[in-house]
Amino acid sequence: MSVGNPEPVYLEAPLSMEDIKPLKTGDVVRLSGILYTARDAAHARIKEAIEKDAPLPFDPEGQVVYFTGPAPARPGHALGPAGPTTASRMDPYSPLLIERGLRGMVGKGLRSDTVQRSMREHGCVYFGAVEGTAALLADCVKEAEVVAYEDLGSEAIRRLVVQDFPVVIVNDLYGGDLYREGRERWRRAGSV
Amino acid sequence: MKRDSREIPAENVTRTVRDLCIEANTRLPESHLGALRRARDDEQSPLGREVIERLLENAEVARERCIAFCQDTGYAVFFVEMGSEVRIIGGEIGAAIDEGVRRGYEEGYLRKSIVKSPIDRTNTGDNTPAIVYYDLVPGSRMKLTMLVKGAGCDNMSALKMLTPAEGVSAMKEFVIETIEKAGPNASPPLTVGIGIGGPFEKAAQLAKKALTRPSGEPNPDPDLAALERDLLDAINATGIGPAGYGGTQTALAVHVESFPTHIAAFPVAVNLDCHSHRTAAAEL
Repeated sequence: MSVGNPEPVYLEAPLSMEDIKPLKTGDVVRLSGILYTARDAAHARIKEAIEKDAPLPFDPEGQVVYFTGPAPARPGHALGPAGPTTASRMDPYSPLLIERGLRGMVGKGLRSDTVQRSMREHGCVYFGAVEGTAALLADCVKEAEVVAYEDLGSEAIRRLVVQDFPVVIVNDLYGGDLYREGRERWRRAGSV
Repeated sequence: MKRDSREIPAENVTRTVRDLCIEANTRLPESHLGALRRARDDEQSPLGREVIERLLENAEVARERCIAFCQDTGYAVFFVEMGSEVRIIGGEIGAAIDEGVRRGYEEGYLRKSIVKSPIDRTNTGDNTPAIVYYDLVPGSRMKLTMLVKGAGCDNMSALKMLTPAEGVSAMKEFVIETIEKAGPNASPPLTVGIGIGGPFEKAAQLAKKALTRPSGEPNPDPDLAALERDLLDAINATGIGPAGYGGTQTALAVHVESFPTHIAAFPVAVNLDCHSHRTAAAEL
């Protein structure tokens, strides 16, 4: 298993299939370009829009979604602290976006088998970020603009422009899973 | 006989709570930072070491700029030790604490994460109500201990009503099962609060209170301290590691609190706290 290629891969979002095909579980990536923030409430509304055949807040084709709800920004900062939230809460919704061309998701925590299958089928990778580095991650955000659901406050959809945002590939296109492989690699016989 | 009371203005409680909210969210306790540094030095996985290094760097940046080190600035949980001779004047204590939370979360640029109910999910807009547990103690002092509780790790917590026959070995198994199930979702390296005993709700409260103990400080009871060491070792054997990317440092500390229980019962509650383990305390 590749436990984090020490040499980062630099990518510019939106992403193409050619961008994500070479990525392998454990690779360290620096993301630049555009990320859309969305978490629980925004995903529920996206699902509602799809069911009603209403326009989506952004075209998912090639885009990367970041599961986060930032803290308020101090004056002079584009965004307040913004680390990833638990991605599994978005599992019921993610396939809807993946089927529509979503190319990447940034979050933390396990994804369901259904989501992982959808990712492999349609071409989408899952990037892990570290939640307890929210202040550092906010520094990578150069611009932030609410593009939909402003009434949701922290949960509104924001279009971020980021530079060298540090992530690791958790789920690649080939069934790799950093959480599973990492745990197997470092597990030892316990005393309980 | 009537004893003298000590009067504490409600406004002092509010100001103290406001300051605690900002302090807890922007400055990691020294005991936790020490535990993180030890974990960084002990971690065998290079990626795991890198994660802890970033956590420490993040803590430094948050402290310098007085910003939250995690966007989930959580539930504002308070354990209040209230001297029986203390009397709050000029207001009611619960309202005074809520007002402090309101000011702290607004003035500290902290996220408001509380909704009205699990069903009506409208944000209360000011992170109130605070979650407050009162302990009446002898004397004239009042101590406020704050725990900022993020939901990612709280969601992965669990409680089980074991039987006396199942005993300690089942308790250990349940703790490990809870950690294994949480995996990366609870954002390790964890601080693990465990409550055993009491009826149902007492175990859960003890588990939460156990999190407020300075990181790694053992339970004064040598048997419980030994249990804490055993559990820490077993948790770190799971291989989950920092951020769940695999490694030898899945938890920084295990704190067990125990309470008398029923002849028929062995309740155990496991409350997980993420790598942003946030506590602060003040005395009035």
